Amino acid sequence: MRDVAVIGVGLTKFGELWDQSFRQLIAEAGSKAILDAKIEGKDIDALYVGSMSSGRFVDQEHVGALVAEVSGFSQLHIPATRVEGACASGGLAVREGYLSIASGINDIVVVGGIEKMNDVGGTAATEILATASDQEWEAFFGATFPGIYAMIATRHMHEYGTTKEQLAQVAVKNHANGVFNPYAQYQSPISLESVLRATTVAWPLGLMDCSPVSDGAASLVLCAAEKAKKYTEKPIKIIGSGQASDTLALHGRRDICTLDATVYAAKKAYKQANLTPKDIDFAEVHDCFTIAEICAIEDLGFVEKGKGGKAIDNKITTLDGSLPVNTSGGLKAKGHPVGATGVAQIVELTTQLRGEAGKRQVKDAKIGLAHNVGGSGATCVIHIMEAM
Amino acid sequence: MKEGVARFWREIPQRYNFIGNKCGTCDTVFFPPRESCPYCRRKSIGKMKETKLAGKGEVVTYTIIHVGPEDFEEQTPYPIAIIKLEEGPQITAQIVDCPLDEVKIGMKVESTFRKIQQDGHTGAIYYGYKFKKQRQ
Ligand SMILES: CC(C)(COP(=O)(O)OP(=O)(O)OC[C@H]1O[C@@H](n2cnc3c(N)ncnc32)[C@H](O)[C@@H]1OP(=O)(O)O)[C@@H](O)C(=O)NCCC(=O)NCCS
Ligand SMILES: [Zn+2]
Repeated sequence: MRDVAVIGVGLTKFGELWDQSFRQLIAEAGSKAILDAKIEGKDIDALYVGSMSSGRFVDQEHVGALVAEVSGFSQLHIPATRVEGACASGGLAVREGYLSIASGINDIVVVGGIEKMNDVGGTAATEILATASDQEWEAFFGATFPGIYAMIATRHMHEYGTTKEQLAQVAVKNHANGVFNPYAQYQSPISLESVLRATTVAWPLGLMDCSPVSDGAASLVLCAAEKAKKYTEKPIKIIGSGQASDTLALHGRRDICTLDATVYAAKKAYKQANLTPKDIDFAEVHDCFTIAEICAIEDLGFVEKGKGGKAIDNKITTLDGSLPVNTSGGLKAKGHPVGATGVAQIVELTTQLRGEAGKRQVKDAKIGLAHNVGGSGATCVIHIMEAM
Repeated sequence: MKEGVARFWREIPQRYNFIGNKCGTCDTVFFPPRESCPYCRRKSIGKMKETKLAGKGEVVTYTIIHVGPEDFEEQTPYPIAIIKLEEGPQITAQIVDCPLDEVKIGMKVESTFRKIQQDGHTGAIYYGYKFKKQRQ
């Protein structure tokens, strides 16, 4: 297997982007990544695009080829594939691109991730997101996506004494980081009181425990590591990639408070990188809800099961803590255009490892981890990265 | 678009009859029934036996849904729980006939046949199980 590096990144602003179309967003992110990598269209061997539900959000399927077309590559006839794994679609697209280079088939691959969620309105967005859960055995009975994560939170509070304040502190921290990210949907700090006072979405989760409904796109250029220096001074290597699956429904799992897909994907990624959780300097984790970040830091092995809430109290995961988590603002503040999220996480790791993260730069950032989850944990994909 | 999905839902008899199945190799009970046992896999093929469940169990976790899907809007706020059935399987269902602040982890519940939702477009009504507090 060959080593693979990121040589270019591109992001659009995340947010409610009424004046921009699906096509404009993905073309913008893609062209930024390609310019950043200083490659030309003819250098690109393949394209992978992560999108959860373009069909229901913007009434357009077949977006692999569409992305190639709107990026200006129709005359190059580049193979273009759309990848889907709910909110992990972006991370899976990164992994498909990675595998295709590692295998020796491709040298340079462009990866995109996109979702345009605001066009359908709030209620429809809730219903479309619920298709990532088990439609027949969860959603049919009235379970929403926030509701499913809320059930994880209730159980976590019951078993480990985790508090609503600890959940809220995750949102406060991630919004504090979002202040320094010009691409973030929300760039103002929030107070603990405002999180606790927010209207209830699915008890115990309030509006400010939830990631928002977002529009946005992200893109990367991946390259065989041996050729990466030809294009950039600072290639960032992917040193571990792991993926795992689990039951669609939360009720089918071994333990309500553990995402086994995270545990298994992490095991594979750590093994490949020959690292342990202690070696990770910073991480982007899938905080679609505040409770999800607490489970993530436990399931990734950063803290013991049940100690996630305490870790938040002890400020381990703040920007100047011993293990900064979600320096980008996370899904909570940066926004969560579902198909774009997994790609945007790799953009953040790359930006940090290049030392270009400005006011949110993690000091001495050498090794970063990205954790992207689909549904309530039926899919998980993890990447570990290091500067070359 | 909605209608097609709805028709599919209506044709799931387990929503009415609580018939699951049991692995003939390890005795694990499944609801809804599975083609094969995820623990025994190949060894379970052809050995899955139908079994009727009592529809009784205990609340493992729950939430109160305040922002619901369109077809549930008239029911908000409503409790949704994961219930561990006496025979072993866990399922997701609504808790009814119970004040919201009395829903608790560990609460013993039993199934009751109810209207689940009404399709806002076609008016079609879908039925299935909900759970209420067990009578002592
Ligand atoms: C929580 C949620 C239901 C709120 O939606 P809503 O009730 O329609 O909220 P509104 O759009 O009316 O927003 C009200 C205000 O809160 C803000 N807001 C909305 N969601 C927010 C969020 N998650 N975080 C912070 N602020 C938020 C809006 O910007 C708006 O502010 P304004 O009044 O200054 O314009 C919605 O964001 C949601 O469904 N989130 C979960 C998304 C999800 O499940 N993703 C997949 C997870 S894997
Ligand atoms: Zn078995």
